[in-house]
Amino acid sequence: MFSNPDLQKLLFGRLTLDAIPLHEPILLVTFAMVGLGGLVVLGGLTYFRLWGPLWRDWFTSVDHKKIGIMYIVLALVMLLRGFADALMMRAQQAMAFGDVEGYLPPHHYDQIFTAHGVIMIFFVAMPLVTGLMNFVVPLQIGARDVAFPFLNNFSFWMTVAGAITVMASLFVGEFARTGWLAYPPLSGPAMSPGVGVDYYIWALQIAGIGTLLSGINLIATIVKMRAPGMGMMRMPIFTWTALCTNILIVAAFPILTAVLAMLSLDRYVGTHFFSNDLGGNPMMYVNLIWIWGHPEVYILILPAFGVFSEITATFSRKRLFGYASMVYATVVITILSYLVWLHHFFTMGSGASVNSFFGITTMIISIPTGAKIFNWLFTMYKGRIDFDVPMLWTIGFMVTFTIGGMTGVLLAVPPADFVLHNSLFLIAHFHNVIIGGVLFGMLAGITYWFPKAFGYKLDPFWGKTSFWFWLTGFWFAFMPLYILGLMGVTRRVQHFDDPSLQIWFVIAAFGAFLILLGIASFAVTLVVSFLKREELRDVTGDPWNGRTLEWATSSPPPDYNFAFTPVVHDHDAWWDMKKRGYTRPLSGFQKIHMPRSTATGLILGVLSIVFSFAMIWYIWWLAALTFVALTVVTIGHTFNYARDFYIPVDEVVRTENARTALLAERV
Amino acid sequence: MAAHSTAAFTADDFKGPGDTPVFHDAEGKHHPEGGTMLGFWLYLMSDCLIFAALFAVYAVLGRNYAAGPSPKDLFDLKLVALNTSMLLFSSITYGFAMLAMEKESQGRMQLWLAVTGLFGLCFIGLELYEFQHLIHEGATPQRSAFLSAFFTLVGTHGLHVSLGIVWLVILMVQVQMRGLGTENKRRLMCLSMFWHFLDVVWIGVFTFVYLMGVL
Repeated sequence: MFSNPDLQKLLFGRLTLDAIPLHEPILLVTFAMVGLGGLVVLGGLTYFRLWGPLWRDWFTSVDHKKIGIMYIVLALVMLLRGFADALMMRAQQAMAFGDVEGYLPPHHYDQIFTAHGVIMIFFVAMPLVTGLMNFVVPLQIGARDVAFPFLNNFSFWMTVAGAITVMASLFVGEFARTGWLAYPPLSGPAMSPGVGVDYYIWALQIAGIGTLLSGINLIATIVKMRAPGMGMMRMPIFTWTALCTNILIVAAFPILTAVLAMLSLDRYVGTHFFSNDLGGNPMMYVNLIWIWGHPEVYILILPAFGVFSEITATFSRKRLFGYASMVYATVVITILSYLVWLHHFFTMGSGASVNSFFGITTMIISIPTGAKIFNWLFTMYKGRIDFDVPMLWTIGFMVTFTIGGMTGVLLAVPPADFVLHNSLFLIAHFHNVIIGGVLFGMLAGITYWFPKAFGYKLDPFWGKTSFWFWLTGFWFAFMPLYILGLMGVTRRVQHFDDPSLQIWFVIAAFGAFLILLGIASFAVTLVVSFLKREELRDVTGDPWNGRTLEWATSSPPPDYNFAFTPVVHDHDAWWDMKKRGYTRPLSGFQKIHMPRSTATGLILGVLSIVFSFAMIWYIWWLAALTFVALTVVTIGHTFNYARDFYIPVDEVVRTENARTALLAERV
Repeated sequence: MAAHSTAAFTADDFKGPGDTPVFHDAEGKHHPEGGTMLGFWLYLMSDCLIFAALFAVYAVLGRNYAAGPSPKDLFDLKLVALNTSMLLFSSITYGFAMLAMEKESQGRMQLWLAVTGLFGLCFIGLELYEFQHLIHEGATPQRSAFLSAFFTLVGTHGLHVSLGIVWLVILMVQVQMRGLGTENKRRLMCLSMFWHFLDVVWIGVFTFVYLMGVL
């Protein structure tokens, strides 16, 4: 491109035209589809003149409800990418036997399984969990926003920046070929000299900052901003699980930051933390990353437990059985999640006593988890159960998750783990708990709180269709992997020699196809429900006859959530209010103090993308420039002292009167 | 968010006339406390974990000299003692600044902040001199795992102190511009926590890396 290679290096670092994968037809088609889809979306936004509202009401909004919804939209978009990776792997493994090489060469296949893991954990499960907590927690505790509204918007945009960085690797350069945790020395400079691992590092570092800050934010919100009367033991269970999850986030993500920073130093500066020579120790990396990684799986599952607790009580029309034991079980799981990390690598060879300790702590976790399962069952016992879609997800979870939990206890036995380590049995186990637990939980939560967010319920027919496809698809896709794992088949294999194994992979691919139908049905649910929104409208704000405070306000809630801060006397606060004949106040409204929107978070997010791109491609001048810009924008933001405003009384009165009229119409 | 009302929501406000329960705060008395101090403290704890990880790595790799220099060959305790005293003095002077803030004496506070910043700069200057000296002797971060861990742990601390100095300068400007309002006082309190936190971490570094390395 340039006659002078030095100049080219100065301007573009190691970025050349070869980095665009023009020779990979799969990527080209993907790129064309993404480009086309992007053009349709951009064109649509322009045609319907939505840029203004999108910018004002969403992108720059510091409203926790909007940010929560945006997190979930991000997660659903990334789910499509992560699931496309899954389908490609299933298809490859179903066909690549003997002489057939399949359609994915090893270097491509390796990128796909890495991207699949990274995207599903960091950019699907995490934003789903964070989004749901963001939307629900302030409403459940009777607050008007989170403790640090700007920080919340900033956290969201950092998560988006991380997601965009991962997506960029698809079309410029390559992604890591190391597996989702990028163990050195494979991920070190000698074995992975390309940009793949650098994409991995920077995407996770940027998104990690967002996650950490949002964790701090939600803890401060839950501790400091609860409505009067809501003591700790009167918090809804979802809020409890959110609190524990965010404590785990604050206590775990710094370790990830530190270990990735050290890996970066090994790669960029040539230090010897995790190298094989000059005193480095790769197992140090494996220990550290799992000290983050194991709490991470509880970060994901605890809020799902919270969702199921809310749903079971609501749809069984009963108080949750064993509220206190549920709280203690959550707290015990939170603590124990730090004492088990070594079970991810029993084969490290740390000796019988160390392995026994970690094996036993791992098995102990199943006790509080079992207590939770029994609490849900006893809540349902003699309840008047409504089998609405959220309840179906809950029951599907209880069956599926229990099996996954049992295979987990099996893997916790060190001698068994020596046989099953890195096998497809392990893959089946963690998909069993992550799909059957986290994903079912989040889909249940989305269905449950959707009417609160948008003012109409999701269509139950398509919701049920989606549920049944997901459930059966999950069983078809992963039971064969248990069997293959027991036969000794290892993970991350692109081609097999033994044709007798093929039938199991074909069944698994069929399962993945059923899940595809489940995802499609979910998309149809969203569209059909939007079209039928008048029929599905929720005027009351309490479509499920709920128990907690979020159902006390309108659907969707006004910007300020509650015209008057609720006063709490029981942990099922709204149920208590309904039971004791509470009537909604119609007058006496006051002006309401609210935080102001800002574009700073979005600007910092965009700059972070450019900064990380420059670092990945060694474009040093651009990295320096964007670093300075990041600093200047951040400092500039601290000079803005006008961060709040009052919603005038007139506007509150107008909003509340409109609701009064709606409610009257209905009666 | 609490600025406009003096009355607070108290235990009496849970019951209305004749013991009927109250279900909403009609007079807008409830004002959640600001979460900034808690939030910042949580951030500090998360930062503390980053240091914990770096200390742990130093504990594991700190003796992997790879036939290169060891702490005894490299560290000059007198220099480190001087350096430590700079940081400890800066913590005391930051304390004086906060006392001045409590007395609403803005000029004195700015003066003490400036002194704190200068001590901080001396600390960073000495650290850079030490690093430069080590690198000159061939004890670079690339030489051995021990040196990688050493430079990263001490360097991360130094990076934090540098950030603290930048923050300090910005706050001095902001106090000059807007006086000692609620926001600025809150920010000064946060920086105070940050500054003392770095002092505590340094005591760990001094003991664990330098003293135990040489003695």
